[in-house]
Amino acid sequence: MIEVENLTKAYGQVTAVDHVSFSVNKGEILGFLGPNGAGKTTTMRILTGYMPASSGTARVAGFDVFGDSMEVRRHIGYLPEAPPVYPDMSVAAYLDFVLRIKNVAADKRPARIDDALAKTSLGDKRKTLIKHLSRGYKQRVGLAQALVHDPDVIVLDEPTVGLDPKQIIEVRHLIKNLAGSHTIILSTHILPEVSMTCDRVVIINKGKIAAVDTPLNLTTQLKSGQRIQVEAQAPQEALQDLLSGIPGASRVQLDSSRGEGHVVATVEAAPGQDLRSVVASKIVARGWPLFELRGVSMSLEDIFLELTTDEAAQPQPPSPAAN
Amino acid sequence: MRGLYAIYRKELGQYFVSPVAYVLVGLFLVITGHFFTVYVVNYATEDQPDAPTWVLRAVLQLFALVFLFLLPMVTMSSYAEEKKRGTLELLMTSPITELQIVLGKFFAAMTLFAAMLLPTALSIGYMWMHSTPAPPFRMVLGGYLGALLFGGALLSLGTFLSSLTENQIIAAVMTFAAFLLLWAIDFGVQAAGGTAGQVLQYLSVINHYDDFTRGIIDTAGVTYYVSFIVLFIFLTVRSVDSMRWRRA
Repeated sequence: MIEVENLTKAYGQVTAVDHVSFSVNKGEILGFLGPNGAGKTTTMRILTGYMPASSGTARVAGFDVFGDSMEVRRHIGYLPEAPPVYPDMSVAAYLDFVLRIKNVAADKRPARIDDALAKTSLGDKRKTLIKHLSRGYKQRVGLAQALVHDPDVIVLDEPTVGLDPKQIIEVRHLIKNLAGSHTIILSTHILPEVSMTCDRVVIINKGKIAAVDTPLNLTTQLKSGQRIQVEAQAPQEALQDLLSGIPGASRVQLDSSRGEGHVVATVEAAPGQDLRSVVASKIVARGWPLFELRGVSMSLEDIFLELTTDEAAQPQPPSPAAN
Repeated sequence: MRGLYAIYRKELGQYFVSPVAYVLVGLFLVITGHFFTVYVVNYATEDQPDAPTWVLRAVLQLFALVFLFLLPMVTMSSYAEEKKRGTLELLMTSPITELQIVLGKFFAAMTLFAAMLLPTALSIGYMWMHSTPAPPFRMVLGGYLGALLFGGALLSLGTFLSSLTENQIIAAVMTFAAFLLLWAIDFGVQAAGGTAGQVLQYLSVINHYDDFTRGIIDTAGVTYYVSFIVLFIFLTVRSVDSMRWRRA
């Protein structure tokens, strides 16, 4: 449904989107995950026909985004970062306006409005002026306009921002229900959102794609053995030296808060290396009691941080129990 | 066409939902009404054989002055608000062309402008029907046609300037300054002579209106205003399109 090839967008010296390629199948939900400024919004703006790319191609529903912009726009519903609403209109009037500019015939409009209001639970706000709505409701109106004309493709830029937890769950349900009959791209930096709603994830950083895969694959890809957690009774510094000295080991972190001389260490191994047996035998060889040894799979958050953090500035690896 | 009409409807709705439309129409009618009365009272009672014609001409000239002040406020928020609210992104990712957006907004501004002018036709019309000697009908017709064209030209310029900025106030100030500049060209006409003077005379926005108020309805004037409007509509379309190239 969507094919993006080597898409590039440069503003003078800055390359916002750098040879990005990915595709989205019909009925799929694709998540766009990345830090702020990664190029998510720019990519979406190119897909929706708002701005042209510097080079590369993008096709939506078979139409070229640059050459056939009008056709593409007929097939797309778009929610930008801020919901594009007119404060002085009522919700229903606004949706009617959107239907008109999306070229939907008059006889079809009332039903479409009812449908969109129902899906976004805005039924009782039909006649309310948008300026009188809270932020969460405004966001829902934004969502409603993205799907009111029943487009093949729906592009959502941070759809759950500003919503309370209950509304967030409702929106995620809505998105999941829309899949199948609609193709959806959504961008976010809320990681659980991606694991919960998306079929596949594109991790993007500084305009370049860092990873494309299913959330499941991404989290189990770096399998147990890649990060090891070990609990031993040992002097902290000696243990640190021992573990750091193992070839392929990196980012050794120690934590002696468990008391009684117990030290918990996490060791990260180079990709593909399983250091569990090496760690075990070295600790035992020194005569230190070994209490626990296990592989820890990285959460999506860890992977995200790993893939999007500069080498120069390493943050503390989050505790394996997080998330 | 559906898109153009949708934009037109929305713009017009926005004008009349806010106090803007009412204030502008009200101000225009109060000012012109006041001076109309003053002129009639002062000059119709004197032994001026041509008083009605004189009054009509004076009112029509007054129109031009009032347009200068009020019309920038009609167009100032056309694009500024859309950009600030992010709704321009909605319009530009929908299957409508920039031309439809620009024309929809322009026609809405013209409609508001016509709503301003229309009530004055009542008093002018009344005067025309009940005075002797009545001013020539050509003058009434020319006056209103000229006003529409002249106002349309000013609105098209104001629309263009509004599309250049996100700030309403800047748009209004720029537009007002532009109008003043155009008026200044007219002074240049009087100062210069010969060919330069003639060129300036053709270019002067006020000058053609002046002819209309004398009852001279000629194609040169109409062509001038229509070309002016087309030029600035075109420039506005380009300006709107250029927003696609701006930094996110």
